[in-house]
Amino acid sequence: MVHLTDAEKGLVNGLWGKINVDEVGGETLGRLLVVYPWTQRFFDSFGNLSSAAAIMDNPKVKAHGKKVLNSFSDGLKHLDDLKGTFAQLSELHCDKLHVDPENFRLLGNVLVVVLGHHLRAEFTPQAQAAFQKVVAGVANALAHKYH
Amino acid sequence: MALSAREREVVSALWRKMGDNVGVYTTEALERTFVVFPATKTYFPHLNLSPGSTDIKAHGKKVADALTHAIGHLDDLPNALSELSNLHLHKLGVDPVNFQFFNHCLLVTLARHYPGDFTAVMQACVDKLLAHVTSALVSKYR
Repeated sequence: MVHLTDAEKGLVNGLWGKINVDEVGGETLGRLLVVYPWTQRFFDSFGNLSSAAAIMDNPKVKAHGKKVLNSFSDGLKHLDDLKGTFAQLSELHCDKLHVDPENFRLLGNVLVVVLGHHLRAEFTPQAQAAFQKVVAGVANALAHKYH
Repeated sequence: MALSAREREVVSALWRKMGDNVGVYTTEALERTFVVFPATKTYFPHLNLSPGSTDIKAHGKKVADALTHAIGHLDDLPNALSELSNLHLHKLGVDPVNFQFFNHCLLVTLARHYPGDFTAVMQACVDKLLAHVTSALVSKYR
């Protein structure tokens, strides 16, 4: 469970409302694959990942990023029960997809960098701190059902 | 793997663009580190860590100078950062995980201030540079 103060919840929801979730999703996943190339191991079927430009333009990357971040958006509506909200996805990522939970932490941090990139002056240290709590909570929730 | 010629050029170009302002961004990165990862403050009980303090600016300048020095010695980082490594280990006892917290906050800071330049390639190059610097900084640890 993640503990955000009311002020932090306000910050997170307010700023989330200002971004294009679909686009930020594609960009975040793309940057993960560029900056940490070993994460490409999960996306063999995605086609051309041969260069940064290819990755950032890849339609499958954009589509999957959109899916991931819309799921994250759902999490924001259930900050009091992230483990419950992500229970099924946690099982999926462990049993079917075999994703090392460290990747959830990496993705969370890339998301924070992308938010800084988009929100600029509004992404104050306090805003970053609130979002770091959220991404850590989501990463933990996704790792929770691992065995 | 060491930074390629292209990666060095990307990073050097950003550093040239920042000019005398590297200290401004390392200071912001430090402030963010203390707010976002409060446990990092345990290494600075002797300093005033409130945002805007001259203590943080002074430390930000030291970090900026060290990073600039590192960029000028990418072929031999462990030697170039040898004294700093000893300092952080023997005198300060800083756990290596904390450098990663700072690196992350520096990336966020640069993304905010150089949005046009902060492409995925730039992010990858700076992230790799900071990882190499960190690795050199902890090279004397054990």
